[in-house]
Amino acid sequence: MKTDAYEKVKTARSNFRPTSVDYIHHIFDVFLELHGDRKFADDGAVVAGIAMLADKPVTVVAIEKGHSIKERMARSFGAPQPEGYRKALRLMKQAEKFKRPVICFIDTSGAYCGIGAEERGQGAAIAENLMEMMTLKTPVISIFVGEGGSGGALALAVADRVWMLENAVYSVISPEGCASILWKDSGRADEAAEVLKLTAQDSLNNGFIEKVISEENIDEEPFYKMIKEDLINELKVLGSKPLDELLEERYRKFRKVGQK
Amino acid sequence: MAFLNFRLQPKNELEKGGRTSALIQSDESEPEKKCPNCHRETPLSELAGNLNVCTCGYHFRMNSRQRISAMTDKGSFKEMFDDVTFSDPIGFPGYEGKIESAKNLSKEKEGVICGTATIGGEECCIFAMEPYFMMGSMGTAVGEKITALFEYATEHKMSVVGFTVSGGARMQEGLFSLLQMAKTSGAVKRHSDAGLFYLTILTDPTTGGVTASFAMEGDIILAEPSATVGFAGARVIEQTTKKPLPKGFQTSEFMMKHGFVDAIVNRQKQRTVIRHLLKVHNRREDA
Ligand SMILES: [Zn+2]
Repeated sequence: MKTDAYEKVKTARSNFRPTSVDYIHHIFDVFLELHGDRKFADDGAVVAGIAMLADKPVTVVAIEKGHSIKERMARSFGAPQPEGYRKALRLMKQAEKFKRPVICFIDTSGAYCGIGAEERGQGAAIAENLMEMMTLKTPVISIFVGEGGSGGALALAVADRVWMLENAVYSVISPEGCASILWKDSGRADEAAEVLKLTAQDSLNNGFIEKVISEENIDEEPFYKMIKEDLINELKVLGSKPLDELLEERYRKFRKVGQK
Repeated sequence: MAFLNFRLQPKNELEKGGRTSALIQSDESEPEKKCPNCHRETPLSELAGNLNVCTCGYHFRMNSRQRISAMTDKGSFKEMFDDVTFSDPIGFPGYEGKIESAKNLSKEKEGVICGTATIGGEECCIFAMEPYFMMGSMGTAVGEKITALFEYATEHKMSVVGFTVSGGARMQEGLFSLLQMAKTSGAVKRHSDAGLFYLTILTDPTTGGVTASFAMEGDIILAEPSATVGFAGARVIEQTTKKPLPKGFQTSEFMMKHGFVDAIVNRQKQRTVIRHLLKVHNRREDA
């Protein structure tokens, strides 16, 4: 059984798709990468730093899968360790201090799954990001450019605006994981993808995101220019709101999910 | 007395952290009576009289009602938000049937019960997750009830005591369940920013999306001995890394050793310790 949803999953995972760093290079004028969580290490799966958007400074935090096999391995295929989430939070708090907006790019199959990640508190690191992002006193926009895998993606997506590329996916569990739990058969991932409602259009219909970004001209200048302009315009809107209002709206947006 | 004596000495390999991934159980069977640690068979009534703890120290699972009644003052618990029940937001195949059997097994309507109570006279908001309702997995109802409880606690300037047990986010509700992690965390943050106290007690098992949200957001985090506590599933980690897991991986003891749990508290001591912590934090300078 071939499904549209699973086609999107495959497209979202494709090696030929631009990754977060491609967006950073094309959208911003200057980008200075900043490393490390100041506690344990620098996680290659998270690329973060200060960029100029038109003439304004912004903090950029991105989960990066990499392109070449060598790079992908160095970046753990875009699966952040706890220190990746802690680096992200460190730079988001820095953005709050200096009143810079935060822009996140998300592309991950999920948080890193390993012994060290558990030892260093993967759960606690994600939990802290969720709490802190909810009250971060600066506008936050998160864009899903590829895969949005579960808590590891949500840890950068507690934002005022969440946008998804047309073929990006956002799911509580991978379709393979879902199929193997449900039917003891990961080969039925295509069916699972359908029932999980993981496409950008599903997320838009359910009110989880505000915009689906067209992939026409993907990886060409007009494509990046369109996203850049959308970001500039949206930051104007968000920046003009009183902080109390911004934070109340952010809280309400998540508060209403599943509220009867 | 300089220290509150939290912890009984470990009595066996299990309490020392000798658990393995094999003990992460997802079956929703009747409460056990044969101890997996010492293999002694204990009548259910006798176990219940001892807070479901075997004479060898092994902590059996406890359902949410038992737990609340064991921890709170008699007759003080007033349940709240019990009208919030399950929904099937993405029309997931077979979900309604699963909910029906979870209801029958647990005699509860959802995976958590919430309310207010006193513990040794100290007022608090309290929640206890339900292991026999789809292993305390978090869907919209669980997220909604916990969020509403924190909002109530913030409004009424009350401490929150929470017993966690969860297999994580409830897959059958798709992103609706994932986003409960953000929703509950937001409510915990507001409660915290209001200067109010939140105590979590991690019980077996606390994993996945609940670990990565409100379970790990307590001001003080306690855990029951030998409970499984972690984010990713042990079997998944074993398969992914193809490395043997260290002894006692993802137990309360492991989490304390790595700095993520404040103290391990035996069930018999929990009431005393919780009351003490509530008393310390419920003090108001202006009162
Ligand atoms: Zn025993």
